Amino acid sequence: MNRVGIIFKKPFSLGLLFLALILFATAPFYVQPYLVILLTSVFMYIIITVSWTIFSGPTHYISLASAAFFGVGVYTSALLGKAFPLPVVIIAGSLISFVLALCIGLLTLRLRGMYFIIFTFSISELMRNFLLWWETTMTGTVGRWVVMVEHVTVYYVILVIFVMVLLTAYLIRRSRFGLALRSIGEQEEAATHIGINTTVVKTITFAISAFFMGATGAIMATKWKYIDPRIAFDPLLSFMPVLMAIFGGTGQLFGPVFGAAIFAYLEEILTTKFPYYYMLLFGSILIVVILFLPHGMVGLVQKWWGGGLNRKNANS
Amino acid sequence: MRILEGQNITKHFGGLAAVHQVDFDINQGEVVGLIGPNGAGKTTLFNLISGSLPATGGQIRYKGNKITGLKPHQICKRGVARTFQSAKLFAGLTVFENALAASLFGTKRAISVPDAEKEAAELLEFVELSTVREMRAKDLPIANRKRLEVARALATKPDLLMFDEVMAGLNSVEVAQAMELVTKIRKRGITIFMIEHVMKAIMNVCDRIIVLHHGSKIAEGTPEEIATSRTVIEVYLGE
Repeated sequence: MNRVGIIFKKPFSLGLLFLALILFATAPFYVQPYLVILLTSVFMYIIITVSWTIFSGPTHYISLASAAFFGVGVYTSALLGKAFPLPVVIIAGSLISFVLALCIGLLTLRLRGMYFIIFTFSISELMRNFLLWWETTMTGTVGRWVVMVEHVTVYYVILVIFVMVLLTAYLIRRSRFGLALRSIGEQEEAATHIGINTTVVKTITFAISAFFMGATGAIMATKWKYIDPRIAFDPLLSFMPVLMAIFGGTGQLFGPVFGAAIFAYLEEILTTKFPYYYMLLFGSILIVVILFLPHGMVGLVQKWWGGGLNRKNANS
Repeated sequence: MRILEGQNITKHFGGLAAVHQVDFDINQGEVVGLIGPNGAGKTTLFNLISGSLPATGGQIRYKGNKITGLKPHQICKRGVARTFQSAKLFAGLTVFENALAASLFGTKRAISVPDAEKEAAELLEFVELSTVREMRAKDLPIANRKRLEVARALATKPDLLMFDEVMAGLNSVEVAQAMELVTKIRKRGITIFMIEHVMKAIMNVCDRIIVLHHGSKIAEGTPEEIATSRTVIEVYLGE
């Protein structure tokens, strides 16, 4: 709980983080453009996965609304991109997602388990289909052009959002707010009886996670040039963060980060090398991870470091 | 002085009157027992007081202010804490974190993290769980789980503490220890309202006992009066 102590007790890992950040920040100067684009998409997945984990990790409420918040960011960018400068567009995208999540949160967070999952999924589907209907019947054209932004600019914006989401996730985990979230995930009824206003805590956290998804959607849209409801509200984007977080392990902050990074990289390699077997290989890897590594990749690495791979513990 | 009073408390689940027009009051500093056969409505009454269920009718006042209609977290912050029949701990959190969460959120006034940590540690000491503070709550044996629930309830700094069968599932040594704990809590000036099936415990620690049957209050009095009451014996022994 002692925040300052935790940071300064580990000058080594802090230095390592800082070094990595400098490396990533200077990357566009010495790597190929292709790598910058690849890194952008890896970071995009990391941001969405980490922001998904901020809410769904500790509370165990599995949200499938990521596509909705991401798509809202995308559409904000398409609508406002021509009239406003990039920072304004991104902030608008995040804020609209934030407010939307507040509303959805107040409506749905009384639901639990399967009902919550289905409802959040329906929300993103509803928005996709509504926009499709609107564009076909009202405006007459499906899809929009988005004002383009340089790849390197997109990369830097993504990098900034990435740092912000990591910092936010870290601070929430370390704070009393994080403890409240974990209490809710463990035993919600007991949590309300020790004075936690569970509705407020859940709704705000849900909105914070949507904030980053909206920001990411807003900047990624500028990279895609053309968007339509099917691209913006792609249901795959709701499932990816769940899979990536499980793959990496939700117990630690770096679980979803590594999970998303490896996953996104794997996707890139597999789609280029094995375009026909890509999904098959992907699925097999996922099944193996879920079956044999209940704490994800990071859980495995931690066990290794602890020298505990062969040691059996009565309590584990 | 009355700390808690209920008038005409009623809770209907469809056609079933789980609690029907119950009047009761509890005085500051008292230990009051709530007994009755299974399904008498004891836990439902607790749920109505703590706010986990909305009442169908009637009014509950705590320290003179109406608390019916408030949310559980609001009622907790006013100073009413409870435990659950089947211990509802934060199973994946450590023993210490369980108590810490209650210290942090249980009171109306904001508390700093170091203060809350100190308080949580003291309470774990009080219920004799200091040695297992880094264990996960789910790894505790039943007696310690019950103790941890008590510590967590105490961490919200209540003036009124409600125990829902805190001694169920304990062996006789553990029951004796639990009774000792109840007495220790009472000495802190905390009023106690407890549901219990262990008669030895209820007769020894309570000042007054309320008996529920089929949702209605059928008797009330000192342990001696209840033990010799004709109606109570009939209800329990089916005579």
